[in-house]
Amino acid sequence: MAKEMLTGNRAAAWGVRLAEVDYIPAYPITPQTEIIETIAKWISDGEMDAGFVTMDSEHSMITAAGAASATGARTFTTTSSQGLMYGFEMLYTVAGWRVPLVMVNVSRGLSAPITLGPDHNDILALRDTGFLQIHCETCQEVLDSVLMAYRLAEDKRVLLPVMVNMDGFFLSFTREAVEVPDVEAVRCFLPEYQPEHAFFRAGQPMAQGVAVLGGEFYSYFKYQMHLASQNALEVYREVSDDFERIFGRKYGTIDEYMMEDAEYVLVMTNSFSTLGKAAVKRAREKGIKAGLLRPRFLRPFPDSDIRNALKGKKAVAVIDQNISVGKGGIIYSEMAGCLYNEENRPLLLSFIGGLGGKNISQEEFDLIFDKMIRTVDTKVVEPLHLLYTENEWKGITKLKDIAGRQ
Amino acid sequence: MDSENIRSIKELPPEENMQPGTAACAGCGGLLTLRYCLKALGENIVIVNAAGCFTLLTIYPFSPFRNSWLYTAMACAPAGAQGVRDALDILIKKGKLDPEENLKVVVLAGDGSAYDMALSSTSGAIYRNLDFYYICYDNEAYGNTGFQHSGASPFGSRTGTTPPGEKVPVGSQLQKKNLFDIWNSHKPPYLATVSPAYPVDLMNKFKKAEQFKGPKLFISHIPCPPGWGFDPSQSVKLAKLSVETGLWPLKESIHGEVEHTFVPKKFKPVEEYLQAQERFSHLFKPERQEDALKSIQEMVDEYWRKNTLLP
Repeated sequence: MAKEMLTGNRAAAWGVRLAEVDYIPAYPITPQTEIIETIAKWISDGEMDAGFVTMDSEHSMITAAGAASATGARTFTTTSSQGLMYGFEMLYTVAGWRVPLVMVNVSRGLSAPITLGPDHNDILALRDTGFLQIHCETCQEVLDSVLMAYRLAEDKRVLLPVMVNMDGFFLSFTREAVEVPDVEAVRCFLPEYQPEHAFFRAGQPMAQGVAVLGGEFYSYFKYQMHLASQNALEVYREVSDDFERIFGRKYGTIDEYMMEDAEYVLVMTNSFSTLGKAAVKRAREKGIKAGLLRPRFLRPFPDSDIRNALKGKKAVAVIDQNISVGKGGIIYSEMAGCLYNEENRPLLLSFIGGLGGKNISQEEFDLIFDKMIRTVDTKVVEPLHLLYTENEWKGITKLKDIAGRQ
Repeated sequence: MDSENIRSIKELPPEENMQPGTAACAGCGGLLTLRYCLKALGENIVIVNAAGCFTLLTIYPFSPFRNSWLYTAMACAPAGAQGVRDALDILIKKGKLDPEENLKVVVLAGDGSAYDMALSSTSGAIYRNLDFYYICYDNEAYGNTGFQHSGASPFGSRTGTTPPGEKVPVGSQLQKKNLFDIWNSHKPPYLATVSPAYPVDLMNKFKKAEQFKGPKLFISHIPCPPGWGFDPSQSVKLAKLSVETGLWPLKESIHGEVEHTFVPKKFKPVEEYLQAQERFSHLFKPERQEDALKSIQEMVDEYWRKNTLLP
């Protein structure tokens, strides 16, 4: 195994190359373009033997990717933000075809206003499509998750597409030391895709995506998808064990940081959880028993792993890097659903921060821990808190003054 | 099929690749077109279907086809065809698939998809020189949702969203989009219009198209009994009238060069076609809309004059 300095985007591309993917339909969008450009160059230089086609839109791209997957080719594609939204319709269709497509989404806030900075409203909008979702904190995790995603998607107990998510700019363009596995080791972990379930061949008529009349049939198919997604949690344990055995790195459905004796827990996903981990470390220095829980899977939602990890904790602060306008944090709602029926459940606080890549400051993390401690004393949980510092407010007010706007 | 042109309906291949008993409307001209197309294409094909009337041909757990079927969505059947075609080619190239298991890839789309929503993905597929067949069944409206105006709806027609009224007595005020010319500007290797009333012409066009690698495109004008408002038994007659009046020219284009494959010896007046349908009845009663009728006839005459096939 060789260590290389790789951006998150190049790490994703390496995952695709090592998975010996057959086919990549592509369409550019910032900040994922480096992934498709890297792959395009490898194919052009003869370093990767795969079909590559530039499509006319993300809607077409996702359709072509799903259709190729349904024909039995190991297929990859990638997008971000508005591109994901443009192809949204077809994500439901591709998941309904039950094909093992792997897609990387490089998260970016959704228009309007238009931005390049990351948050997770793009990927969380598709949490009900049937795609499994793996959310990554580091560049290494991106590469490794792409490999694990194919194992998971192609398992006949699952046969659902998988989305691997990373934050735009904060991970897509951050260079980190990444261990690039050997091809042979990857082949041991991820054998060639042998479609058993659905593919188009002469002499074997097969209909995919047919119409149903009546709710009984529709429910039957949707339930099948749900049960397969639930299966993925169990299958993932095997995948994760194999991965650790071959590559020495262990990834659970959740990532736990200083959780063993923790009383006050932050829940965060993706690359901003690194900021959260630093905050936990500082809080520990102040004598607060802090910890961080990072769900790596959001679909299927690892309910029991989360419940186990939060047993006996005093308070949990969910920091959502997304906003369901008019309701609040999406992951907060998911956590509340996960914990509601637990006896002695921890108090659950809700924060929204980091939208469009906005920083979450040290002071804000201090405030979050203060609030958790106070809430445990008073037992009164305050409503949703939107993180925004006084300096940020002053900065924007000043610029509005300069522009002559009130 | 041998390469010789067939000359009469008796020489059509006897095999049926689509079985009866579908949910399509009685007298559906599109179903007749599809039946002939499938005779021509054989059974080793995969149909990539855009949302439309024909979505309802396969209803779980039944399918009337001897071939495979993939439902995509309204905007993207050509993109689905791209994925299937590319995957088959790659798997064959890599030795993972026996070339004998190869399939022809066929897009099946109504006019709502082909003329409107899927125009971008269709343009993309033709531009990329995708090796596929594209069949558009054109009943000149969104038929599956109860007959609303589409980019294929003709001037003067009544649809659910162009109802003739006091202020707009004519119905649709827009001219039918010229999909043939839009497609032809991409210079595909083969492009043709067909009609279910002319199966010999249709079959020979598929035979000719077979020799080309790349997009092979077919637009079939198809009568729609509930949408157009006529008795289902008159479907073929209506399809024939649209050709005989010159409204639906039967033609083909090879690498952009257009030729007509059938020119009526004597053109029937368009009124004969219009009067046979409920969707144009407002042009005749309570009073004749002379201007509208005249302009429809002139549009047809103008087309044939331009093509120097009418003096």
